[in-house]
Amino acid sequence: MSDERPETPPTEGPPTEGPPKEGPPTEAPSEETRGQRRFLRDLMGLDVIDWRTAVLVPLLALLSALIVGAVIIAVSDVELLRLWGEDVGEAFSQTWTTIRDAYVALFRGSLWGLRPISETLVSASPLILAGLSVALGFRAGLFNIGAQGQMILGGIVGAIIGFSFDLPYVLHVLVALIGAAIAGAIWGGIPGLLRAKTGAHEVITTIMFNLIAVPLLDWVLKLEFVQRAGRDDPVSKTVAETARLPQLLGWLDRNDLRVHAGFILALLAAWFVHWLLFKSTLGYEFRAVGANPDAARYGGMNVVLVYTGVMAIAGALAGLAGANEILGIPEYRAAPGFVAQIGFDAIALALLGRSHPAGVVAAGVLFGALRAGGQQMQAATDIPIDIIVVLQALIIVFVAAPALIRAIYRVRTGEGTGQLTKGWAA
Amino acid sequence: MTAVIAAPAPKLLTPAQRRRAKIIGIVLLVLAAFTLLVFGIGTEGDATFKFVIPGQSPTEIPDLTVPGAGSSILLAGVLAFLGAIQVTRGFGDKANLVLGIGLILFVLAFLIWAAAGSPLGAFNFTSMLRETVLRSFPIAMGALSGVLCERVAVINIGIEGMLLGGAFMAALVGSTQGPWWGIVAGVLTGGALAWVLAVLAVRYRVDQIIAGVVINIFVLGITSFLTVRLFAENPQFNNAQILKPWKVPLLGDIPIIGDIFFRQTIFVYALFVLVAGLTFGLFRTKWGLRSRAVGEHPKAADTLGINVYRMRYLNVVLGGMIAGLGGAWFIIGSVGRFDENMTNGRGFIGLAAMIFGRWHPIGALGAALVFGFADSLKQVLGILQTGIPSEFLLMAPAIVTVIVVAGLVGKSRPPAADGQPYVKE
Amino acid sequence: MELELRGITKRFPGVLANDSVDLTVRQGEILGLLGENGAGKTTLMNILYGLYSATEGEILVDGQPQQFSGPGDAIAAGIGMVHQHFMLVPVFTVTENVVLGVEPTLAGGVLDLKQARGDVERISAQYGLEVPPDAYIEDLPVGTQQRVEIIKVLFRDARFLIFDEPTAVLTPQEVEDFFGIVRKLKDDGKGIVFITHKLGEVLGIADRINVLRRGKIVGEAIPGEVSESQLAEMMVGRPVDLVVAKTAAQPKEPVLTVDDLVVADDFGNPVIHDVSFEVRAGEIVGVAGVQGNGQSELVEALTGLSQVVSGHITILGQDVSKATPREIHDIGVAHVPEDRQRSGLVLPFTITENMVLDSYHEDPYSRGIAMDWDATAKMAATLVEQYDVRTPSIDVPVSNLSGGNQQKVIVAREFGHDVKLVVASQPTRGLDVGSIEYIHERIVQERDEGAAILIVSTELDEILALSDRILVMYRGRIVAEVKPEETTPTDLGLYMAGGTPS
Repeated sequence: MSDERPETPPTEGPPTEGPPKEGPPTEAPSEETRGQRRFLRDLMGLDVIDWRTAVLVPLLALLSALIVGAVIIAVSDVELLRLWGEDVGEAFSQTWTTIRDAYVALFRGSLWGLRPISETLVSASPLILAGLSVALGFRAGLFNIGAQGQMILGGIVGAIIGFSFDLPYVLHVLVALIGAAIAGAIWGGIPGLLRAKTGAHEVITTIMFNLIAVPLLDWVLKLEFVQRAGRDDPVSKTVAETARLPQLLGWLDRNDLRVHAGFILALLAAWFVHWLLFKSTLGYEFRAVGANPDAARYGGMNVVLVYTGVMAIAGALAGLAGANEILGIPEYRAAPGFVAQIGFDAIALALLGRSHPAGVVAAGVLFGALRAGGQQMQAATDIPIDIIVVLQALIIVFVAAPALIRAIYRVRTGEGTGQLTKGWAA
Repeated sequence: MTAVIAAPAPKLLTPAQRRRAKIIGIVLLVLAAFTLLVFGIGTEGDATFKFVIPGQSPTEIPDLTVPGAGSSILLAGVLAFLGAIQVTRGFGDKANLVLGIGLILFVLAFLIWAAAGSPLGAFNFTSMLRETVLRSFPIAMGALSGVLCERVAVINIGIEGMLLGGAFMAALVGSTQGPWWGIVAGVLTGGALAWVLAVLAVRYRVDQIIAGVVINIFVLGITSFLTVRLFAENPQFNNAQILKPWKVPLLGDIPIIGDIFFRQTIFVYALFVLVAGLTFGLFRTKWGLRSRAVGEHPKAADTLGINVYRMRYLNVVLGGMIAGLGGAWFIIGSVGRFDENMTNGRGFIGLAAMIFGRWHPIGALGAALVFGFADSLKQVLGILQTGIPSEFLLMAPAIVTVIVVAGLVGKSRPPAADGQPYVKE
Repeated sequence: MELELRGITKRFPGVLANDSVDLTVRQGEILGLLGENGAGKTTLMNILYGLYSATEGEILVDGQPQQFSGPGDAIAAGIGMVHQHFMLVPVFTVTENVVLGVEPTLAGGVLDLKQARGDVERISAQYGLEVPPDAYIEDLPVGTQQRVEIIKVLFRDARFLIFDEPTAVLTPQEVEDFFGIVRKLKDDGKGIVFITHKLGEVLGIADRINVLRRGKIVGEAIPGEVSESQLAEMMVGRPVDLVVAKTAAQPKEPVLTVDDLVVADDFGNPVIHDVSFEVRAGEIVGVAGVQGNGQSELVEALTGLSQVVSGHITILGQDVSKATPREIHDIGVAHVPEDRQRSGLVLPFTITENMVLDSYHEDPYSRGIAMDWDATAKMAATLVEQYDVRTPSIDVPVSNLSGGNQQKVIVAREFGHDVKLVVASQPTRGLDVGSIEYIHERIVQERDEGAAILIVSTELDEILALSDRILVMYRGRIVAEVKPEETTPTDLGLYMAGGTPS
């Protein structure tokens, strides 16, 4: 390639070439502004963007999703549809009531009072952990759709360690978490290794590992040493008390505050991922491989090791998310479907959080609130909680294509997520 | 000066290729050992292959009975022979073919072992292959959809969602307006979802894989939502009429072949027509030439006055309609009612079939048949009561997919611009 | 019968690429458009071809103003373009490439390949453009690919042909053949625009010359009435010294020794056959050859980026045939890669981050597993100063820098440490004259400080100007070793094409 580069428009600033012409001032900015700028760039993620893109776009995306969600709720009610033909005024008022009740329940269930907030944080913890898993992959140019399967593996192993060993407090829960992380790391690391060694695209392999993990869970749950005594359905034994994540608000003496140490674990993981990505040599390698694998190879990095390492760490994070669901939630046992959709929600969450740990935490709390509120909404108004999944999909659309937001709300925004992943050939 | 084209120099094997050749040989030897030890030694009884589907097949074909242990040992011998040659001398370019033959022999030995060990001692070979064709249908439609999209360099991960969305609308419209309108609704739904993908990927240049994932999440969410909200209280909306198989005159009367291919539903015939049509279309028509140019070198196509964006929109929407037809099959061609997430990853396996089939319609069909076979094994083995946990059989298609994309069958080359948005300057 | 550009101005955000350019070409003449890299030639021609739309100004064909909303309109107006990077689909045949977009069809959109092949053969015969109609483009040498591009344009009945840097990929002998074709086209009444930054070529072929500098037409000339140095001054805007100032080399001990090296590509086809040579401390060895004759693979093998099938590479007495890029870097090898954007830089990374791409694992840039960004930034600031990288800050992504400054970042990174051997591939490709001069000076300076230097370039002028010794590669073999003072471009060209000077 010998592109005459200056003839293509530079993305920013005037061209700095041309012998007789003076370039822009070369004096270095003060240490302080440099530090700030780097911090901002780290925080905001993949692009150089301003606050509009980081804060305003997600908020408007949420608003837009709620509006579209309202329309879906309204038109999916057969009784209401019939009413429109008979009495428009009444139909209008009933539609309004339905939507209002739904969203009020959503809000009450997520933020109104101590218990809803506790429930929000309970839902947020695994979402943050799994979201970090996906975000880490994005940073290294890998698309980990396999958080779902990695969570299942982490959950199984966490549960087995939790009920089969007799260990003291603290140590037991640590061993169970480490075991879960290792299981997730293996389930994530294999697709990473395959990608590096054979070029098998991680999108396909991680999806397949998800499809393998589901029947695997069913099979394990029916094994004699796993299945709860006296049960025919696939349910595991209960995790020993020593292996449970302690409840944070236990001292309040209320039995409805389920928020547990898993949330602290999620915050620690976010801090760790931040350090890893931006302060460590390994993270430098991850980001270099993600942005340009050829240059990374040129720079002496071992791309095979990086791909495997990224996917293994991502898998470990998802494994912790899975263990979190077993060791932190009352009942303290594994059953089919204990992961729900968290592994997929994590993709939306990583995008919303711009693949930055701080963004993932914020997005995780938001999604946790949607889920906690959605349960309340389902109980109070009969509107299925699946509407939450629809809202999340809509949020990603608006975040990934801010041009839509730009067009609807007439605000200026930065560019979208752009190209995050690579085709099969890469 | 005249063009001189270098005479092809003798090929040197890179260390990686030498390693791969060795691995293939070792795989064959391992299969041989497994066949001998597990299927061969200690197996008692005979295995009977039946070829007649009761009440359907027009002609009588005698059953074939083979001794369980003896045939397995024989097949193990052939596998060991092939493996030994591959390890020492190597089959060169034919290694993949040999590997394929080896895998077929292994599966055969497995079936003999399973039949010989079961109380029935027999299974219906024709019926299994018929099931294979049937089960490969949604996978093949997903793969063809992928071929159309990726030939113009748009990666379509949203096929799964298009199948599921097509199935949902086919159930809703099929229940109220009849099966044919159900099919139309499925096709249009697939097309509409694909149009959304095209808008996001082509116009807004959203990362194509993310755009596809969004479609999957959205469709999964909204169909689950509506299943609960709409179908639970109004079951009459989720009860479509199923189209019966239709025998092709003459062809349907051929022994075995007729049972497998020509006593199927209209969907399967549509698949054959689509494969033939797309193959001809892609490689013999103006549309195909332009599509492939857009996928290989969009800038070149643009400089020749071809509208890259229009070609991408057109093919992606067509691809979505094919996936929608695949979705309609789940209802109109199969069970008649919609269930949450009933496609269960078939769209993703379809993508793998497209890669395995090297972005060619015929290859995609062949690959889909392989996956359909893995899928159909589950049922056969269920009947035979082999003692293998059914969960493991559920994993089989996914495991086969991983092996396939991991390149045990060698690397193939996708369209050069695959996955890259085209930016007009 | 003429094509006219009137007052064409093109603004990109922050850049004025073309500044009210007027230009006319008549049928039956060759207009040379001369300008250095980055002067705005390609932008101008992309406007003419309908790929960009002009901010101001108009295009007239035979006096009629034209509205081009895409290349299709330009083609319809009789304009054809042979792009610098060929616009050919590698997996299509010659015929398929030629007819793409204007396919002859039978009923129902079915391709009429028989007629298409006939058309290709007819044009091929008419202009002496020999091509195999059924061969796949990826199997053809670049010279033949260029003929396919020309047939493509003629198939669309173009009256005006634009050639963008057409000789960049050709040997001197192929250039002569190509000039023959261009003259034949001119005699046939075509109007031709010949874009180049090579002075000799434009003097050799053009009827008139327009010089473009920083987006503006700065002068007109007629060949025979101007000298090469006058044109150069017009092009660059100041007097240019076309020679690299350097003293005679004083080679010392061998640093790099290559013995019977064999390398294969991903598909097992041999691309380097039994290559042996050595490079000594204090000398510059240039590797000449037409693109695609094994030079890239040689560099990759030397720097540990590809596997060696057989043979040995020794650097400072150490066998590195199986070494990794990092091990080779750590011996003291600097590598300026062929394609700076593809493999030399991580474009979204800042200058600071790019400065440690191959040394981030070393003290003081990292300690253990933690990066020390302060130490790294300090080093980056020093090197940016020292190597004259024009940038507002060391914290901007390198994607924001111009090509010349990007290359300076790489050179600073690679030369900024203690270097024993430099492997530089196409070190000045696509750069303006100022940057070229600067990088050449730095390379000579490294040599004078005692490093061994291996330069790979497809630019003969660069090889002749820099090298103390020249190796010529052809089809994966070294076919000649010559001294620059004992050879001529013509002889080198013959070696590069696989021949021997008589």
